[in-house]
Amino acid sequence: MTIQILMPALSPTMTEGNLAKWLKKEGDAVKSGDVIAEIETDKATMEVEAADEGRLGKILVQAGTQGVAVNTPIAVLLEEGEDDSALAKAAAPAPAPAPAQAQAASAPAPAAAPAPQAAAAPAPAAQGGGRVFASPLARRLAEQAGLDLKAVKGTGPNGRIVKADIEAAKAGGTAKAAAPQAAAPAPAAAPAAAPAAGAAPKAAGIDAKDLSDKLGMRYKAQPNSSMRKTISRRLTEVQQTVPDYFLAIDCELDALLKVRSDLNARSKDYKLSVNDFIIRAAALTLKKFPNINAAWSEEAILRYDHVDISVAVATPTGLITPIVKKAETKGLAEISNEMKGLAERARDGKLKPEEYQGGTFSISNLGMYGIREFAAIINPPQACIMAVGAGEQRPVVKNGALAIATVMTVSVTVDHRVADGAQGAEFLAAFKKLIEDPLSMLL
Amino acid sequence: MADMNYDLIVIGGGPGGYVAAIRAAQLGLSTAVVERENLGGICLNWGCIPTKALLRSAEVLRNAKHASEYGLVIQNPSFDLDKVVQRSRKVAGQLNGGVKHLLKKNKVAVIEGEAKLLGKGQVAVTKGGAAVGTFGAKNIIIATGARARTLPGLEDDGNLVWTYRKAMTPNTTPKSLLVIGSGAIGIEFASFYNELGAKVTVVEVMDRILPVEDEEISAFARKQFEKQGMRIITNGKAGNLRKGADSVTVAVEANGKTEDITVDRVILAVGISPNTENLGLENTKVQTDRGHIKTNANCQTDEPGVYAIGDVTGAPWLAHKASHEGVIAVEHIAGKHPHALDVRNIPGCTYSHPQIASVGLTEKKAKEAGYEVRVGRFPFIGNGKAIALGEADGMVKTVFDAKTGELLGAHMVGAEVTELIQGYTVAKTMETTEQELMQTVFPHPTLSEMMHESVLDAYGRAIHF
Repeated sequence: MTIQILMPALSPTMTEGNLAKWLKKEGDAVKSGDVIAEIETDKATMEVEAADEGRLGKILVQAGTQGVAVNTPIAVLLEEGEDDSALAKAAAPAPAPAPAQAQAASAPAPAAAPAPQAAAAPAPAAQGGGRVFASPLARRLAEQAGLDLKAVKGTGPNGRIVKADIEAAKAGGTAKAAAPQAAAPAPAAAPAAAPAAGAAPKAAGIDAKDLSDKLGMRYKAQPNSSMRKTISRRLTEVQQTVPDYFLAIDCELDALLKVRSDLNARSKDYKLSVNDFIIRAAALTLKKFPNINAAWSEEAILRYDHVDISVAVATPTGLITPIVKKAETKGLAEISNEMKGLAERARDGKLKPEEYQGGTFSISNLGMYGIREFAAIINPPQACIMAVGAGEQRPVVKNGALAIATVMTVSVTVDHRVADGAQGAEFLAAFKKLIEDPLSMLL
Repeated sequence: MADMNYDLIVIGGGPGGYVAAIRAAQLGLSTAVVERENLGGICLNWGCIPTKALLRSAEVLRNAKHASEYGLVIQNPSFDLDKVVQRSRKVAGQLNGGVKHLLKKNKVAVIEGEAKLLGKGQVAVTKGGAAVGTFGAKNIIIATGARARTLPGLEDDGNLVWTYRKAMTPNTTPKSLLVIGSGAIGIEFASFYNELGAKVTVVEVMDRILPVEDEEISAFARKQFEKQGMRIITNGKAGNLRKGADSVTVAVEANGKTEDITVDRVILAVGISPNTENLGLENTKVQTDRGHIKTNANCQTDEPGVYAIGDVTGAPWLAHKASHEGVIAVEHIAGKHPHALDVRNIPGCTYSHPQIASVGLTEKKAKEAGYEVRVGRFPFIGNGKAIALGEADGMVKTVFDAKTGELLGAHMVGAEVTELIQGYTVAKTMETTEQELMQTVFPHPTLSEMMHESVLDAYGRAIHF
């Protein structure tokens, strides 16, 4: 008999979720406890573990599908000895709900296009061809969206442009127009140009909005939230003022995965993720390397007594880094449970300032997206950030022969003013040792 | 064969129907209104207008009672209930005559009787069981309105248990009164009888009175009513009525406890039921949803050429909504492009003391809709005119979209706010932002200055508080 894998309810209140990612492909062998997929709810991203053993016969709901109701069959598992022919006998798959991608389908309405020949930024409505009648709200919305009112058709009394017309024009525009602030390749300006606190740094060089308007490129302006402004200000400052260097190392994960699987089988009070092990290993390593758990100041390098690890969490509004405080004193279960709470509050936008301000070291993990390795930007004023890639099976050479191991590439970006290259390398090597020999984390 | 053919037959002569008929006449359509009782409908005869007359009597009485606070001497002010009711009936009668005159002036035919749709643009009218005639119409507007809802075990008897009609033509002032339901109708009667000296208890099944209003306004109004001696029970469920000779006992269940409340009279104000019975809807494709006729933005039903407007089509059950829908339906019939009716721009008013008025989204609804809001508040105590009037209890609250400055909602409680809300309604309909409202000059000294201050307060700029 084939086994249907159903959309799980990851919390008592969950009614539907998004199938974010499949971690197993059709045909892959699946062991009980294997993480086979990631489900995203409005609150969190969680892993789906296989309850049975077998082979993933067919994926019924593709990755990226939104709004999958709880208990919808999402895949079919073939039991030992069954082959694909058993799939035909399995119950007909429920049709996958249509992905919510309405915005991509709408055809661009000509009315929304800013006149391509316009050489300057959109002229105020009073210029040129007479007065444009628009409600005050419509005027403001058009300004915020970067729309030229002259190009918008009014449906209000006597052709007056009203809110609904601006919304229609916006919806009719090209859905994937780049937000202007994202496009500007801003060459690093002189470090002296560090912007005043609070203000978003002005991109030097080519202004995206100016250029886009000149060329008549269509876009939707997404006003900068205060979070985006903070991210922009801090990271621009780092890129312009911190002399950093980058180191990467491969860590074999098989031993760690086994320990994790064993520990998770023992209790329902925790569910350890690989990331929890990384936090723990980084904390223990940093305790031995106070020169990395540090920050640059003009008078002195500050070496912190405790290891407070900022963990990057993607939220609907942007990046935020809740902190596991005094991580060197915490066990895996404690770290794991604390991190779950922090991540959930981060996604709900409910973190208190003390929960995200003042870490001593950062970890950013993009492994769940299949990223192999990446260079993270330092989270100021910290001296070091660790970037974690995907754990994946790779060919390795062992004793002169090819073998397969689960390998994860971990890199660090380090502030050279605080720690020199050799010190960074020693730190990373020590971290690798802990990851590859996870039992030594007990010592 | 039809006795007579019209371009339009409007069924129901209330504030939806007669306005539709006059607009149709203006656009050159030959029009008839079928009315089974009184032109002007419930609103004019048994609702909005006569209750405003009663509440005005109560207001004058209240002011007389407080005369000494104004340095005036009025000895033992009291009232003659019959004359209060007579005045109210006279006001209704005067306006009923006014509607008759307006229809005549516009050459709208009035057919007295009950209408029934026969399908294919035919309408049969009967009066007291006798046929009046069969009429043909290219278009039909159903504007039959609604009536007070009764619940099993909670039925009116016209003697001890009243609905609005009896409540506005009382032959006695009850010493004690239980009002079941705290929407606008229930609260207005509660306020009226409280002013006349009745010991009033209000039972509301929701967790607050005036449940459609902003939560802060509900709470504020409740406090004021309680200060005036009213008892208010929320989260309360009225059980069956046990009638005595001249009293009624009601078991009211609230917060896990049941209490027997014995009163002289009970007023039922638990909502309304649409009048869709015996209309011959089965002869058409007209669809209903929980009794209300389903219509689109142009007030069209599923039957070609048949429109429906007002209370019979659903909430908000307001005369001014019915009138606007009447105009929309007629303009659509006449091939014009009617204005769209945005429910967020329909104001609602409660004429109790204090008055309550609002338009648009409450703060909570705005947040639930995903808006990041800016909220402004201004208390009556900060307004010179309010203090001069001796009406220092009240507040004006405004809710803006923080991103665009759109006025999402305005909520007011206090003296004369039902006359003030129109300012915000115009602003909302014109799609002003906070800028225009800030730049508008408000006359001093008026209560309307508080509307300005509330907007300023939303942006941290209030002057007088």
